[in-house]
Amino acid sequence: MRQPNSTPTRRLTAIDGAMALIVLLLIVQMWLLSATLDAYLAGHTEVVLPGALISGACFLGCGALYLFVVRLETA
Amino acid sequence: MKSERSREPLWREEFSIFQADERYVSRRQLTKFLTLTSLAMFAGNFWILVKSWIRAGVSYPVRTVAQAEEIPVGGVKLFEYPGPQDQCILLRPSENSYVAYSQKCTHLSCAVFYSAQNRRLECPCHQGYFSIEDGSVLQGPPTRPLPKVILERRGAELVAIRVQESPEGR
Repeated sequence: MRQPNSTPTRRLTAIDGAMALIVLLLIVQMWLLSATLDAYLAGHTEVVLPGALISGACFLGCGALYLFVVRLETA
Repeated sequence: MKSERSREPLWREEFSIFQADERYVSRRQLTKFLTLTSLAMFAGNFWILVKSWIRAGVSYPVRTVAQAEEIPVGGVKLFEYPGPQDQCILLRPSENSYVAYSQKCTHLSCAVFYSAQNRRLECPCHQGYFSIEDGSVLQGPPTRPLPKVILERRGAELVAIRVQESPEGR
């Protein structure tokens, strides 16, 4: 859905913002994976389920931002 | 208009994306790559979750690993527990005390040995030292304690009943 005052520059800014958010989510996921693996190997299995749930939420966020980028581009 | 197009290189005509849209394409490709990386991270976390569920269902065998008197004070005995690939080390630091740990160093899986002189378990690869009291790290690159094999003395026999990954209360 194209905004009335949507220009290519504004769209590019929005896409860059979305990409920055995806990179932030990825950094969180990388930290989460290493922390969860370390805790699991140390025998602390209670953190494994929350780790997987939060990582899944981050992935859904990345997917939503990707769809946002595609939609913005084709608008 | 036609003359302008004819001046364009051949590869440009065959390429299906207009020059003005190229910046979008590169961003879309990168975003797709980042999203797939995110999926891979989630798959890693999910794999750990599945491994954790599988490990929770494992029951440890109860097995006699040694006769109490066959090990001299300050001596050791190697045994496998719970599986044939899981090498463990049984120590007798004093007359009435027996402790057993996994022999795999938690750093890079080298085999640890007992140093009776220093009263600690030592990894020869990177000088990681572990306490014989609870398997905790005394020095070196390992960050996790050695898994402890819980023993029970039944008459003259030392029986392994399970493996404790981390000391109590940690």
